[in-house]
Amino acid sequence: MNDTLANTEKKTAYILTLPAVLLVFSIILFPIFANIWISFKEVELKDIRIPEPRAKKIIKSISEEPTKIKILYKLRNSSLIQEIRNVSFQDNFPKNFEIENLDPRCSYKKYNLKCEFGNWPAKYKENFQVIFVTNDGSKIDKKKLKSIKPKLDGKSDNILLNTNFTLKNFKKVLFENEFIDLLLTTFYYTFFGTVGSIVFGILTAQMVNQKFYGRTFMRSVLLFPYVAPVVALAYTWELLLDPNSGTLNSLLLNYQIIETPINLLGQKYIEISILGFDFKLRLALTTVIMFEIWRYFPLAFLFILARLQAIPKELYEAADVDGASPFQKFFNITLPQITAVISILFMIRFIWNFNKFEDVFLLTGGASGTRTLPINVYQQGFAISDIGMGSAVSIVIVVLLLMFMFFYFKLLGKRVDDN
Amino acid sequence: MTTKNTILFSLISSFFLIFLISIWKILATLQGLSINSFNIEIIFIFGLLISLAQLGIGDRIKSIYKSIIFSAIFVFCDVYLIQKLPIWYNVGVFLILYFFTNKISKYTFIALKEEHSTQVILFDFLTLFGILFFSFVILFPFYMMLVTSFKTQIALLVNPLDFSINFGQDLKDLFKSYFVIFKSYKFGKYIVISTIVSVGTVIITLLFAIPAAYAVARLNFFGKTFLSTSILIIYMFPAIVLVIPLYTIFSQLGLRNSIEGLLIVYTATTLPVAIYMLQGYFKSIPKELEEAAILDKLSWFGIITKIIIPLSIPAISSVALYVFMIAWNEFLFSLMFLDNPNSFTLSRAIQYLSGDAETPRQYLMAGSVVVTLPVLFIFVYFEKYLVSGLTAGSVKG
Repeated sequence: MNDTLANTEKKTAYILTLPAVLLVFSIILFPIFANIWISFKEVELKDIRIPEPRAKKIIKSISEEPTKIKILYKLRNSSLIQEIRNVSFQDNFPKNFEIENLDPRCSYKKYNLKCEFGNWPAKYKENFQVIFVTNDGSKIDKKKLKSIKPKLDGKSDNILLNTNFTLKNFKKVLFENEFIDLLLTTFYYTFFGTVGSIVFGILTAQMVNQKFYGRTFMRSVLLFPYVAPVVALAYTWELLLDPNSGTLNSLLLNYQIIETPINLLGQKYIEISILGFDFKLRLALTTVIMFEIWRYFPLAFLFILARLQAIPKELYEAADVDGASPFQKFFNITLPQITAVISILFMIRFIWNFNKFEDVFLLTGGASGTRTLPINVYQQGFAISDIGMGSAVSIVIVVLLLMFMFFYFKLLGKRVDDN
Repeated sequence: MTTKNTILFSLISSFFLIFLISIWKILATLQGLSINSFNIEIIFIFGLLISLAQLGIGDRIKSIYKSIIFSAIFVFCDVYLIQKLPIWYNVGVFLILYFFTNKISKYTFIALKEEHSTQVILFDFLTLFGILFFSFVILFPFYMMLVTSFKTQIALLVNPLDFSINFGQDLKDLFKSYFVIFKSYKFGKYIVISTIVSVGTVIITLLFAIPAAYAVARLNFFGKTFLSTSILIIYMFPAIVLVIPLYTIFSQLGLRNSIEGLLIVYTATTLPVAIYMLQGYFKSIPKELEEAAILDKLSWFGIITKIIIPLSIPAISSVALYVFMIAWNEFLFSLMFLDNPNSFTLSRAIQYLSGDAETPRQYLMAGSVVVTLPVLFIFVYFEKYLVSGLTAGSVKG
């Protein structure tokens, strides 16, 4: 009895979870494996379109013969690289049409023209022409004729499904294309973006955790950058930072803080001298990181604020009795209480920043030294149209992420053991 | 100790005053006033004088009168020493000074003698400074987005700092950018598409997520732990890694440029979060209710529709709002999958608009306002539900 109950429970559970699991697996897990497959192939954007036989129907009337009509089909293979086998063709005609010159490849039965064109090599083109006469001498309605579309069919290989593999993509990714530079840029972007957003998160959380007028309003405002659409924010920033008529540059010029406009998003390096040391700052990258911090510190703020509000008040009261200063209270009570949240936040933000695509893409498009790995996926796959390369870069991203997670959990595990 | 604290106090408060006045000056400049200098030195001296005078006078005058007197003196000097500006500017300065002197009036010589008063001063001013700084930094871009959408290209070329809105003009001229994007750029259609996609994602996600979350929360089955951990891992997985395979598969299946394609991808990416949030809530519903239902011979379908759903309306609506916001804001997949202007979502349409260098920026900003407003409205209106969900780690970004 109990056994059957457990069995029905199991069955119900599988029925309930199956739709969700199937969908998630087919859209998220399957593509990850597909990525591995594609990354070992030489595929370009144009290859993934399945070759199609196409026909454009052109109707030409023959002068002084209203009962006769010439129909020209411009036949072609849509693919520039692949052959199509056993192309078949079909078109229907009104019931008073007789054909005049029948091509040997075709047959005309019951007002239906059928042709077998055989194999079409890549780039194949042909002008195929037929002439019809009406058998009852009536006029031909060209519009109606045009509205009937011919049907074509054919077989072709799908380049994605064959078993030709190559290591070329990975060779290219790892040894060409300034891989080290790419990796460093991604690392700077991820690391400083993460640390910056956490630092700002701590500051704002500490701030909002105190009592002041308009505190709830402040809490909503602080979350605005996080909930607003990235497209709108990125273009607003671009407008603010524009070197020609952007608000920031105009303001700085107006108050005579700078003499010439700075192209914050379009300049790769800026020379800065501090205490006599000259060094180069990656300007565009820094700006992009600033945007990143601005947009994502609210997440850190929320998590830390939630933790701060859970700290028992008694701890602070006891510290007051002992005569602790505000800074002592912050460093000895608050900070130890939020380290756990910070370490989780660091991991989450690190992983998400590492994969961030939209922000950089919208602000700079990856120009002026802001090309990160995710941007490279897009550029390889869609700008250079090398799908195989794009896939290889995404595999590199996954491997790096898995490595990061492995080391992070190992470190975290060690720390927990030490405690 | 007191001397040191006095110096520190007056220095910090002067810097704070400089900061306040500078922000006011920036805002005034953006209304078209020609202010060419922050006059930091003069304001610094004033700040020092006011804070020292404040300490000196102490409690001898009521603090309201004290504040009014200081503010009036400052405004008077500002008008005669620095430059003459419209009256609203001076009223603003007066209010800022009033706020400032009110804030510093709690510091007296006695307060400065207390233990740790150096740090207390620092902490107080840092908080105050932080609140204003962050409000300014966050709201400024939103403000600029809004005001730019009401300007014209020519007005911005004449004076790139004049963002004042002329409310006297015709409503048609004022909202011209909005009329243009709806008329010439078909934004009405994009709003409809975005709404269909977002609402559709919400409905399908809930349909799939509620049963699955119920199973994870309540039933025992083989692979349950595997399922609940893989939900979290999948949640961490980057979208950029999925783009190329999905693009190739969708191209071959003819799902690109279609609302169905977007719905499938959005649902799959939001499902893990939805299941995770919902199962947490379902676990908190007392089991006894369901046991009674099982005795009444209700099937699982009956349990879910008659007991679980009515009891978890708040959780379900907060999940729905989130999924809506994620789908509405989504950009990466809409960039990859849509290249026919007839099937654009709002985000993709704005990106497409910006691709044309000729597009005047006020149109771009009007579009941005259109895409931002619904989300901010939902967020502010339902903030209570949403904030608790945000800490559950729901919005990915």
